[in-house]
Amino acid sequence: MGPSDTRSRILTRRALLGQAAFSGTAFIAAPLRASTINLPFLNGSREMTGAFPQKGEMVLQRTRAPLLETPWETFDKDVFTPNDKFYVRWHWGGIPETVDANTFRLRVHGNVERQLALSLADLMHKLPRVELAAVNQCSGNSRGFFAPRVPGAQWGNGAMGNAKWAGFRLKDLLDLAGVKAGSVQVRFAGLEQPVVDDAPPFLKSLAIDHARDGEVMVAYAMNGQALPFLNGFPLRLVVPGWYATYWVKMLADIDVLDKPDENFWTKKAYLIPDTPRADILPGITDVKMVPINRMVPRSFVTNLSSGERIKASGRNDVRGIAFGGDCGVAKVEISVDSGANWQLAELGPDEGKYGFRRWTAKFTSPAVGQRLSLKTRCVNANGLAQPDKPNWNASGFMRNVIETVDLVTV
Amino acid sequence: MRSYVQITGIVVTALLTGTALAHDSAPLKSENFDLPVGDRQFTGPGSEVANNNCLTCHSAGMVTVQAPLSKEVWEGIVKKMIKVYKAPVADGDVAAIVDYLSNNPAASK
Repeated sequence: MGPSDTRSRILTRRALLGQAAFSGTAFIAAPLRASTINLPFLNGSREMTGAFPQKGEMVLQRTRAPLLETPWETFDKDVFTPNDKFYVRWHWGGIPETVDANTFRLRVHGNVERQLALSLADLMHKLPRVELAAVNQCSGNSRGFFAPRVPGAQWGNGAMGNAKWAGFRLKDLLDLAGVKAGSVQVRFAGLEQPVVDDAPPFLKSLAIDHARDGEVMVAYAMNGQALPFLNGFPLRLVVPGWYATYWVKMLADIDVLDKPDENFWTKKAYLIPDTPRADILPGITDVKMVPINRMVPRSFVTNLSSGERIKASGRNDVRGIAFGGDCGVAKVEISVDSGANWQLAELGPDEGKYGFRRWTAKFTSPAVGQRLSLKTRCVNANGLAQPDKPNWNASGFMRNVIETVDLVTV
Repeated sequence: MRSYVQITGIVVTALLTGTALAHDSAPLKSENFDLPVGDRQFTGPGSEVANNNCLTCHSAGMVTVQAPLSKEVWEGIVKKMIKVYKAPVADGDVAAIVDYLSNNPAASK
């Protein structure tokens, strides 16, 4: 017997409160019929859910704290990921029910000349507006494909998204506060709280030079709209080219540190082996660990899926998305002969080096009844290419192996 | 310990248009905001101890989506929950939780 196979009952905090009030007993809710999808790995069945505020149908990975994956077909439609389909990842269940946009203040303190507590209106008026397209990708995106498997959120490839972020430069805000000499890191806190006492609140830090590089920004808009609540309303840190663990949601507190951050989430969590591609052999533990940092290139086919049948002996269209990681896309290639030969894909408009890049290609399919392994790989502007063997580490971080779609001709 | 079931509140979201976002102070609109809590329970022999201890911080889905994991891995996870994330689990319950998780492979659901 496994854990309950009852379909998740879509019960909200309000419903729970209402039921408790009326019945005075433990909650009982009628099961709802939910549609499911299968992610292509063992125990990959997932319910689809439309129960979360400001979100459309999402792949339910965990209800509390929410982990919602973007349905794969979303990525075939637009270079920007719609807000209502953008994946969601929270660490603690203590997500505030209320953010009052009038009384909200972003605080800057620590090793600064002037402590700040600025309203949203102040921030929008005082600081120059900047816009940037950038991919936000969970460190553990694609963890479900790790072999051997590792614990953690069992994502498919949809724990990523590309948005046009609008807001202000973190540097401009820090300049307003006046960073004092001797500052080494900047620590960020959101409104999210642990649900048990003494648990470590979610805090992340960046090196002072990184925080002031003029690219790291604080976003108050995402694809032309206010940030969805579950993506960090009203403010979110945007760290272009770096994994999403640093993109603190509901950003409310910025602490300029004059000594290295010792908090759990910066010092001990989200660590990767200090090896090329964060790759180690399973079972190896005697390895230096460092904080996860820059993203690496990836490319995906979005219009064809493994198991799909395609037209035999003819020209076929393939398209997808790619991103360079911490820099732009130099080229995307496809292969239809298991990687022996590669052909260039045509790149779509460049919306910014940190964003997704759409690509298209045509290929000639073999005769009827043949199997075809269609591969795609990205080489980024720094010359880094996706590897043909998957990396492995115990946390399931930084997967970027060349993707393969297995097709059959008919 | 705070209750994991939080009451519903009001979220004030900015009703922001593309132009309003440019620099004007944004008109604001109050909206109700309500998050699903996830009420699914663990079942089967020995599930009570998991229900009593694991669901304070997260819904059962965190467990049910996992690939089959060894007892050693589950033991490491339970100890991490206690030591690092301060899950309020009695010492005497640890072995029973580990047994339940490792004898009830999620993949069998």
